[in-house]
Amino acid sequence: MKVRLRNPKREVDVDGPVRVHALLERLQISRETVLVIRGDTLVPGDVLLADDDVVEIRPVISGGAA
Amino acid sequence: MKCTVCRAPAVIDVRRHNANFCVEHFLRLCRDQVARTIKDFDMLAPGDHVLVAISGGKDSLALWDILVELGYEADGLYLGLGIGDYSDSSAEHARAFATERGLQLVEVDLPRDHGFDIPAGSRAAKRVPCSACGLSKRHLFDDAARKGSYDVVATGHNLDDEAAVLFGNVLHWQSDYLGRQLPVLPERDGFPRKVKPLVRLGERETAAYCVLRGIDYIVEECPMAAGNKHLGYKEALNAIEATSPGSKHEFYFGFLARAAGRFAADAQGDREHLRPCASCGAPTTGETCAFCKLVARAAGEAVGVPVDLGPRR
Repeated sequence: MKVRLRNPKREVDVDGPVRVHALLERLQISRETVLVIRGDTLVPGDVLLADDDVVEIRPVISGGAA
Repeated sequence: MKCTVCRAPAVIDVRRHNANFCVEHFLRLCRDQVARTIKDFDMLAPGDHVLVAISGGKDSLALWDILVELGYEADGLYLGLGIGDYSDSSAEHARAFATERGLQLVEVDLPRDHGFDIPAGSRAAKRVPCSACGLSKRHLFDDAARKGSYDVVATGHNLDDEAAVLFGNVLHWQSDYLGRQLPVLPERDGFPRKVKPLVRLGERETAAYCVLRGIDYIVEECPMAAGNKHLGYKEALNAIEATSPGSKHEFYFGFLARAAGRFAADAQGDREHLRPCASCGAPTTGETCAFCKLVARAAGEAVGVPVDLGPRR
């Protein structure tokens, strides 16, 4: 599957099928700091992603101290 | 994974609530949490004219959307900070949100209206960019609220933001800041009332709210925030939260319930001798307010020059 990542923007190929939690573990990303988006909606951790899926892993942590 | 409320397929888990939600019940949760916060802290009264500080990011747009959904009369205020492409893109997101919903967006542009941008202000004041930015924002929010006769300024600070600021204030025992770190600052001495209705929502929830509501927010992080202390505090707290869900909520709301009042006196000291700024009339403890000093210092700085962030601040 195609996995789109940010900061920096990039795309990686990951073999499916794989569950969302396992995908995040494989990429060493904390599930508390991102959303996983397929199409226009969210996919929770137990969903099995197919090999031909395209997903975005979107970070949610934002920054300034102001 | 099933929705804890209705058993329909869930789209998100919220570990600190030990619950999963479908789209409908997650959106309802977010609105209910904001409505509860407004009520519990007596933030807004019926008929209040609210000015929402809009950055184009997830928190401010979610806040604006929820306040309008809850029936409040809320306009947006966007500050153009002159941070290159980031500011251009964030302005486009803010304008698109307002236009699509027929909402009023007030715009103030730092370079156009005050002659400097955040990189120039940061260099001139020898402050880190987030410090010059925060100082400018606070001044311009207050100024816009006074000029527009708004009753209250609402900002999109969420639970993660407040827990991280609290962490930093405790780490350095900033007792005056601790005394002011409240979800409501009442109107006084020429400052408008300020409220933070999102403090019961984590930033993963505000981002999820935007995705599920179809709100197109700027996902890219401000290039000047990279490596700042605030992000480091969030990282530390998220490491704790990962093994102990609910820790951030307990830290922040425990502080409000059991400790904030102990620091109230420390926050009063610098407010006892407020007078109008000789330059702009804003309340200040000195002859000239900090923002007008920044404007004066930045006057000779070139705008449009990126600040050197260094490896770590």
